[in-house]
Amino acid sequence: MSTVTVQLFASYAESFGGPTIEVTLQPGSTVGDLVKTIRSLPGSGVLPDSPRVAVNRKFATPQQLISSIDEIALIPPVAGG
Amino acid sequence: MKRAAVVTRAIDPTAIVAEVQTAGIGAISLFLGTVRDVNDGRPVSGIDYSAYVSMAEEEMQQILAEAEERYGVKAIAVEHRIGPLTLGDVSIAIAAAHPHRAPALDATRFVIDEIKKRVPIWKLEHYTDGAREWVDPTRSSSEAKA
Repeated sequence: MSTVTVQLFASYAESFGGPTIEVTLQPGSTVGDLVKTIRSLPGSGVLPDSPRVAVNRKFATPQQLISSIDEIALIPPVAGG
Repeated sequence: MKRAAVVTRAIDPTAIVAEVQTAGIGAISLFLGTVRDVNDGRPVSGIDYSAYVSMAEEEMQQILAEAEERYGVKAIAVEHRIGPLTLGDVSIAIAAAHPHRAPALDATRFVIDEIKKRVPIWKLEHYTDGAREWVDPTRSSSEAKA
């Protein structure tokens, strides 16, 4: 078991009630596992069917493995420009 | 040269144009995005922009590298402003320099289109009736309007 800190922004930060959440994962967990765990938390109703996740500032696939030293963020629908 | 930055101050388009001026070019294309007074029929009073700054700068730098590769631009720069912006404020400036006009124009178009798809920047729109809403281009019909 390890705990990772997930950064939140914009509508997600408002919905979950802060700029980060702590999530406990089993060793060998993937981005998909992380999203599944986050869906059990209060505020997760804001998430779309396939929320985008960034690992070390790059968009990640659901299959990507997560390590406890990774920089992880949930990315709401982007609206720059 | 290529430079991408998220800034919290006013954008100076003249400075960005000067930055991409280099020997051997014949065209500089400048794109400015500005805060519009209406979105999806609702009167807008202003927009708060926020970003995942470190990732946004890396992703924009990557987009500039792709523009360089695709269009052969000699120099290209982008600045995206975050924080509270009012109507008419410049939210983004992109300048691309090339020996010829077509690749310069195409490169700025490419960069703004890619930024809208994959750079982690968000808009909290404020409306004249006091309401506020996070802009979500995946849900609304506003994506192609900016």
